[in-house]
Amino acid sequence: MREWNLGKPTRQAYGETLAELGEEYPEIVVLDADLSKSTHTYIFGEKFPERFFNFGIAEANMVSAAAGLAASGKIPFCSSFACFMINKAFEQIRIGVAGSRLNVKFVASHGGISVGEDGFTQQSVEDIALMTTFPEFTIVVPADEFATKWTIRECVKHPEPVYIRTGRPRAPIIYDENTKFEWKGTKTLEKGEDVTIISYGLTLHMALDAHNKLLKKGIKSRVIDFYTIKPLDEETLLKASEETKGIVIIEEHLLNGGLGSMVARFLSDKNPCKIKTIGINDAYAESGKPDELFEKFGLTVENVVQKAEEIMSNGR
Amino acid sequence: MHKIEIQKIEKLQSIAKDIRKDVIRMTGEAGSGHPGGSLSCVEILVTLFFHIMRHDPANPEWKDRDRFLLSKGHGVPALYAVLAKCGYIDQNLLLTLRKFGSPLQGHPDKRFLPVLEASTGSLGQGLSIGVGMALAGKIDKKDHKVYVVIGDGESQEGQVWEAAMFCSFHKLDNLCAIMDYNKFQLDGAIKEILDIEPVVNKWKSFGWEVFEVNGHSFEELINAFEEAKKVKGKPQIIIAHTIKGKGVSFMEENNYFHGKAPTKEQKEEALRELGKDP
Repeated sequence: MREWNLGKPTRQAYGETLAELGEEYPEIVVLDADLSKSTHTYIFGEKFPERFFNFGIAEANMVSAAAGLAASGKIPFCSSFACFMINKAFEQIRIGVAGSRLNVKFVASHGGISVGEDGFTQQSVEDIALMTTFPEFTIVVPADEFATKWTIRECVKHPEPVYIRTGRPRAPIIYDENTKFEWKGTKTLEKGEDVTIISYGLTLHMALDAHNKLLKKGIKSRVIDFYTIKPLDEETLLKASEETKGIVIIEEHLLNGGLGSMVARFLSDKNPCKIKTIGINDAYAESGKPDELFEKFGLTVENVVQKAEEIMSNGR
Repeated sequence: MHKIEIQKIEKLQSIAKDIRKDVIRMTGEAGSGHPGGSLSCVEILVTLFFHIMRHDPANPEWKDRDRFLLSKGHGVPALYAVLAKCGYIDQNLLLTLRKFGSPLQGHPDKRFLPVLEASTGSLGQGLSIGVGMALAGKIDKKDHKVYVVIGDGESQEGQVWEAAMFCSFHKLDNLCAIMDYNKFQLDGAIKEILDIEPVVNKWKSFGWEVFEVNGHSFEELINAFEEAKKVKGKPQIIIAHTIKGKGVSFMEENNYFHGKAPTKEQKEEALRELGKDP
């Protein structure tokens, strides 16, 4: 199997990019809730102290204040761990930001179970599900430092509410400085026509590993980075459902409300095909190394390969 | 004390009476709504919009306008009536309150009425939204002020105190809160459900400049707002003691009218009390 070079954690790429953007965009203000050393917003804070506000451990106040700042023409980037910012301030996002479709960028780190040792209270396995409930929010999960850098630079250009999930551990490098992405798009990394594998964020490299393993078995898989969760790239999904025998989705998220459930709903309406979902099945995780947790919850390359083969074998 | 001309006070009193009649007509016509807490904040709103705040109905998006947030969003009939009186919205819209297709939603909704500074109605959030607006004013070195009316029951929300702590720490002297202290919340008397006393001491200990006034006295409200403008380095709050349902005898301190509209007969009786239009 391919050895992946580990790059920066996506949260670090976020913090560094944000600090670069500060000069170019005087409207950017950055809000954090006592986790700036973890979310890496502290870098912006050191460079632009007059535009950085540490709200202390008070997420609700932070999120509503972000709404007030956006209503006043600022571009607030609001950061904390996904669990705390979204779950604690869910209704503040709903009323203050989503209800008025304000230009607030929520960038939360510690998405998924790859948080690892800190345990379940810090691991967000439901952030995607929660954020997809907000009308017209754009949701992006970049897979590596280069994708993150592009995402942060690009999102500022779009005056709309955005949620970006970043991760805690170092992320396998999949892209480079020159990779072209499209806002609200997805990226097809392998063009096979037998079966489709979809993933995003810190499980994307597993999809690519599975692709190589399948290739050795004579199966050509299509691998798509669904870095944009919402709006759902319906065209790409329809093509995959028409051109390949089925779709495997692997994600570091609860099965309920994750990308897999969105894809299944969409395709069952438009063009039913075989869909296999891999994610966390109605549970919370625990302390451990990310790989140990991935193994326990079935987020493995072997599992992707097996599901792809099930689809190919015409079984159910 | 500021000397305020008697004619000015009489003018404000006359506006307040009109606003009260509008609130009764609107909620009566809608068949639902919150007349009690709308009537209690009438003088606060009238003082702000007709005497204190810097704003221009001909230019609602004026960047240097003072901002107004009704954090206790259920009192919005009073705000709609005031906005109509100022000329921000058509007076004829008032009787469409809460009806399908109306911009006058049951709680303030900026999607339908952009002249509102924010959508409010989930209690506890308005002060924090005001924090963001006050911060933006500071960053931009502007001198406009942010006024936020909060409820007394609303002060049970933890977020209010998150914002309270933040405002004083960040010396947001461009923010002034007003608590409409009508002593009741939906389920009953505040002192019986979860007393917020000693509320003046709470705000003082959070580092705010606190004023305590009769929230139906224009003289006292104007004086407090003028004094609040002079405060440097601290946020201010005016604890306005009010009467729920103020102005209509059978609604005053009658918490039945927290969230119940007057019937047709009650509406007529209330309007008689308030004095028919000339």
